[in-house]
Amino acid sequence: MKLQPRAGFSYYPGCSLEGMNRAYDKSARLVSKELGIDLAELDDWNCCGASAYMSIRELRAHLLSARNLALAEREKKDLAVVCPACFTNLTKTNQYMGEDPKLRRIVGSALKAANLQYLGTVRVRHLLDVIVNDIGQSDVKAKVTRPLSGLKVAPYYGCQFTRPLGEYDDKEFPMMLDTLLTWLGAEPVSFPLKAKCCGGILMTTNQSVALTLVRSLLDCATQNGAECIATICPLCHMSLEAYQGDVNKEFSTNFKVPMFYFTQLIGLAFGFGRKELGIDQELVSSKTVLEKRLVVT
Amino acid sequence: MVSLSEEPAERRAHELGDVFLDAVYGIPGGDKIKQCIQCGTCSASCPTSYAMDYTPREIIAAFRAGLLERVLRSNTVWLCSSCYYCTVRCPSGIKLTDIMYELKRLGVEFGLVQEEAVAPTLSKAFVDLVDKYGRVPETSLVMRVLLKTKPLAALKMVPQGLKLLARGRLPLLPHRIAGISEMNKCAGAMTDALVSGLHAGRSAGKET
Repeated sequence: MKLQPRAGFSYYPGCSLEGMNRAYDKSARLVSKELGIDLAELDDWNCCGASAYMSIRELRAHLLSARNLALAEREKKDLAVVCPACFTNLTKTNQYMGEDPKLRRIVGSALKAANLQYLGTVRVRHLLDVIVNDIGQSDVKAKVTRPLSGLKVAPYYGCQFTRPLGEYDDKEFPMMLDTLLTWLGAEPVSFPLKAKCCGGILMTTNQSVALTLVRSLLDCATQNGAECIATICPLCHMSLEAYQGDVNKEFSTNFKVPMFYFTQLIGLAFGFGRKELGIDQELVSSKTVLEKRLVVT
Repeated sequence: MVSLSEEPAERRAHELGDVFLDAVYGIPGGDKIKQCIQCGTCSASCPTSYAMDYTPREIIAAFRAGLLERVLRSNTVWLCSSCYYCTVRCPSGIKLTDIMYELKRLGVEFGLVQEEAVAPTLSKAFVDLVDKYGRVPETSLVMRVLLKTKPLAALKMVPQGLKLLARGRLPLLPHRIAGISEMNKCAGAMTDALVSGLHAGRSAGKET
């Protein structure tokens, strides 16, 4: 289908960004504005269903995403998403409805009950993709007033940014965040586990498995010289930050690795303060690292 | 001729075998499961297979052998974290993560889940919250599930909760979306259509 030129994006924050991960929302809005990306929050958006809804109901899980897509289509805008799980769910419904006439019919006729329809014209984008591919190197670099020189960052993508449906980066060894970090003056370290799973919701349901996965991620990052980890996923961020203490207890380790949402690092490089970027809400302090690299405010 | 000596449990598993097959074939791309060559790429790629009673490759084998009931009662499918490694690596193009979702749904529908598993409880609580509010207040979800399944673990989380609260990261009141009734109206219309058989090959069972 031919895509119309769009003015700005409908912004889909997702449930996690209204709770534990508010700093991601705050920093995403701030740096988007600075970069001239017009994000208008999708009015009255609903939960994407995450992985839990799909584990109980299939068609109604697609219906959840279809309502969001229908609302975005009404605005004649593409959707900009920050949570990779939301990204995957919205993209999946979008693709499956396009490919599977039966699913399209079932979900389409259900939407009619609320006078909604979805024709399939919305593109679902992750904000990292928008910043790297639409805004690009020269415009991002032009905004950098405080390069993150020498800051050694492990770029952590997690699973659902590229798997299964992200088409703009390698499914197993993505590079987009590495690239962006170099534009900010930071030093992305080699991080072989960059697209491995943190366990996600298993942290609540099968904690020992999730802690094992998080430990190997923290091990890999620090052994490769990382002083901090940049994430693009609120759930990864929570697993690695809020449960770092539990990892230390379980395995007698001593990790103190600060975690940043990638938008916070962009904001720091653009000269914004810690508070404006929600860095003051962190659980593992980044103060020492930022002071050492002279990017503290 | 159906053997009359077959034990009821075995017969049940046998009957369910067909139901399960049809259900898996019914999801988008589900019939690709017929093309599994048992290479084990899925199991080798799975970050949690080390902790599973049956690995992803074994699940497909068990499925074919009609032993799915045993698999669903094990810890296996609920250890899938939806990382999609198996899906993108499968040389036969099987969307194994989607199949895991279908197996989770069938387990819940037919009461075939591991007794002590927390994940099905969490998923049900999640669905309840979405249907009620349209969004999920994640912290109340976690607390709700832990209180139900592991009250001690919930208690252990109090200090962490206070830290989060002090940092403004614990919203206490859930937000209800304005379109919640229209959302449920759509869902109701879908269920009605499924019940009245408007969508051939799709049952209403798991959708209500």
